[in-house]
Amino acid sequence: MDRLGSGIAGGRLSPADYETNFSDLHPRFDRHEALVASDRCYFCHDAPCMTACPTAIDIPLFIRQISTANPLGAARTIFSQNILGGMCARVCPTETLCEEACVRNTAEDKPVEIGRLQRYATDIAMDQGRQFFHRAAESGKVIAVVGAGPAGLACAHRLAMNGHTVVVFDAREKAGGLNEYGIATYKATNNFAQKEVEYLLAIGGIEIRTGMALGRDFSLSDLTAQYDAVFLGLGLAGVNGLGIEGEDLSGVEDAVDFIAALRQADDKANVPIGRRVVVLGGGMTAIDAAVQAKLLGAEEVTICYRRGKDQMNASEYEQDLAASKGVLIRHWLSPKRILGRDGAVAGIELEYTALRDGHLTGTGEMGVIACDQVMKAIGQSFRASGLGALAMDRGRIVIDEHCRTSMDGVYAGGDCTSRGEDLTVQAVAHGRDAADAIHLAFASAGQPAVAVA
Amino acid sequence: MADIRNNFVGIKSPNPFWLASAPPTDKAYNVERAFKAGWGGVVWKTLGSEGPPVVNVNGPRYGAIWGADRRLLGLNNIELITDRPLQVNLQEMKQVKMNWPDRALVASIMVPCVEEEWKAILPLVEETGADGIELNFGCPHGMSERGMGSAVGQVPEYIEMVVRWCKQYTRMPVITKLTPNITDIRNPARAAKRGGTDAVSLINTINSITSVDLDNFAPIPSVGGKGSHGGYCGPAVKPIALNMVSEIARDPETYGLPISGIGGVTTWRDAAEFLVLGAGNVQVCTAAMTYGFKIVQEMISGLSDWMDEKGHRSLDDICGRAVPNVTDWKYLNLNYVAKAHIDQDACIKCGRCHIACEDTSHQAITSMVNGVRHFEVMEDECVGCNLCVNVCPVENCITMVGLEPGTLDQRTGKIVDPTYANWTTHPNNPMAQVAAE
Repeated sequence: MDRLGSGIAGGRLSPADYETNFSDLHPRFDRHEALVASDRCYFCHDAPCMTACPTAIDIPLFIRQISTANPLGAARTIFSQNILGGMCARVCPTETLCEEACVRNTAEDKPVEIGRLQRYATDIAMDQGRQFFHRAAESGKVIAVVGAGPAGLACAHRLAMNGHTVVVFDAREKAGGLNEYGIATYKATNNFAQKEVEYLLAIGGIEIRTGMALGRDFSLSDLTAQYDAVFLGLGLAGVNGLGIEGEDLSGVEDAVDFIAALRQADDKANVPIGRRVVVLGGGMTAIDAAVQAKLLGAEEVTICYRRGKDQMNASEYEQDLAASKGVLIRHWLSPKRILGRDGAVAGIELEYTALRDGHLTGTGEMGVIACDQVMKAIGQSFRASGLGALAMDRGRIVIDEHCRTSMDGVYAGGDCTSRGEDLTVQAVAHGRDAADAIHLAFASAGQPAVAVA
Repeated sequence: MADIRNNFVGIKSPNPFWLASAPPTDKAYNVERAFKAGWGGVVWKTLGSEGPPVVNVNGPRYGAIWGADRRLLGLNNIELITDRPLQVNLQEMKQVKMNWPDRALVASIMVPCVEEEWKAILPLVEETGADGIELNFGCPHGMSERGMGSAVGQVPEYIEMVVRWCKQYTRMPVITKLTPNITDIRNPARAAKRGGTDAVSLINTINSITSVDLDNFAPIPSVGGKGSHGGYCGPAVKPIALNMVSEIARDPETYGLPISGIGGVTTWRDAAEFLVLGAGNVQVCTAAMTYGFKIVQEMISGLSDWMDEKGHRSLDDICGRAVPNVTDWKYLNLNYVAKAHIDQDACIKCGRCHIACEDTSHQAITSMVNGVRHFEVMEDECVGCNLCVNVCPVENCITMVGLEPGTLDQRTGKIVDPTYANWTTHPNNPMAQVAAE
């Protein structure tokens, strides 16, 4: 075990390797590539891809606009449904959404590359600073948005479009939420999350107050008292723990913290990584952490998941990506104990598992994987205070189809709610729809209606 | 192995694929390369009168339209006839013919509509050993402004006159190349025949502007900001050419007149279509200009393999075979009823058949059945128009199925009649011929 030592260190690679490893996973299409890719779209009637998109972007239309050399028109089509279309083009699991629904799969097993085409169009518009939407006349209404993640930003933008004034609170230093802190570095290069926030704020009427945490600096009742409406896009601040021996050893950390630190590090060489890393979990976070551990120079990275391949939340595509980067994915292993040496991780003991009568149970057989770093990616949970008597369901805020919570004038969306999948694009859809609902509520309450720009 | 040797008005070539008179056949260098690649013959780029040669523009000469993946579908040009001295061309033709005695070498000629001009050039061409001449009455740009090319081809009397001169002053076979820029292709073909032509070749290029530069508001190709209509060719013109070839092939006045088919021939299949519609051989240009001379190898093997598969032994077995099946609309069988059928296993559910039918045709294809995305033909609405077949991206997914006589046409509620009946006798036709009894 000695040679393992405490292998957690930075600077394992040459600067050039860091540069290569954390560059764009899928570089943007150039014009020719975009034309070739867009030619493959059949312009389906009642297109299945559009139905599969939580924000219902008119995909056949924007692809046709690209194919006719009108990328700005394509960007308008995208942004009119999803103002964070740039980030969604980068991080959406398109292989389980629009691209899975593409009819090209039936004949050729190769969908139109919708995500990359979306990025082509949105990048062009954002690089040019083209704004497609303008603020309607001031409504005099002021709305508080809590959380500057995808849900909160989408909500704020749509509210601002309708002439309302928005104050966005976020506990972190920067706006963006998971786009800034939770996305793998190679999916959002060149500080894209912040550029997107700036692009979105250019509409005007939105103020962002960072370093302001709900429950610490203000409460929900403060907001309902001071603002005309409140939108909660809180995300999932909590991280699930293992509850096993050795969890407090040096070298055990939460995958989300690792991912966030990596995103925030100007020089990736400063991010320490073990020589042998075990990542626990089966979702996107596990994949992102494992892949990036490998890219930082870890010699062996193993994902251990307590169920089988089919139950993994990470898509097939993400699993393949991990495998291609040299990550080993092992199934049917449940962590039992983290082994330490001198206060630091030296290995992890796991029990083999199996499904018996539909229940996951340990088989009693044990195994040990030597490692010097363990990352926990076994799920995030809702954690917030200061919400008062807001109705919850299984730890998430209950909302209806208009994103209304149990409290009058309070709306919510994104991961912190009980509706939809935990996806950026779902959060955007919630934020947008909540904004529309808020706007409608003002109008139907007899207030002067404000025309949509 | 099918025999694809070609004998066109006595001009023999190892295959029916000739290069048309155009830039690829402008000089010995290109023609030598073409023969090495396997082309059966060439029509040398059009020769003009002795004296200072024509000049071409020094800016762009071509414009184009493209299909998916920038595949070239149509090409347009404003290049004139050869801009090299006549004597240089004649010397090279003679040398090439000596080098390649088994290949066809035909001279394209365009001189002013003056008897002395034709009388002067024909012996010079004959001296090269060329197998025949092709009269360029087709080029629609540039030369036509000077009373040549399509300016002649648009006046049947001129065609007849010049053909007569040529037959008088040369022993070489005369092929008259026709312009499609007329209202009825049969008139110039008839005139050529009256003049004694040995054959016609068609189509030459079509008057066209391929596109417009929207920044400069100039047609493309733009020569310093101005454009001129050019001659359109390539795959996009094939349907026009096929129709014109068939019109001449089935016209009682020109029936049996040899035809060299030209217009968008890109593959062996295109060539076969021209042949069965009455062409004795084909001429190719745009495909070579797009892909190079090697494409002839695909054409040769494709035609030969298809003939083998179908048991056709020689070109005589296939030439003109489809001509009897080209008829006037009024003779089409109105008792024939077909319905579209969608192969559900092949369907990829893009919905294009539905929306095409729903928005623009007969509302005969479902989009949803029992709440599920499903595309199916409603036979009680389907008129058998074939639009869905044409818009479907999957080959053979939608097919037209003829109803058996005696079965019910759900749309009309009538039993399909096994007898043949056409418009000429239809009761709705005020001009209907009453059966002679």
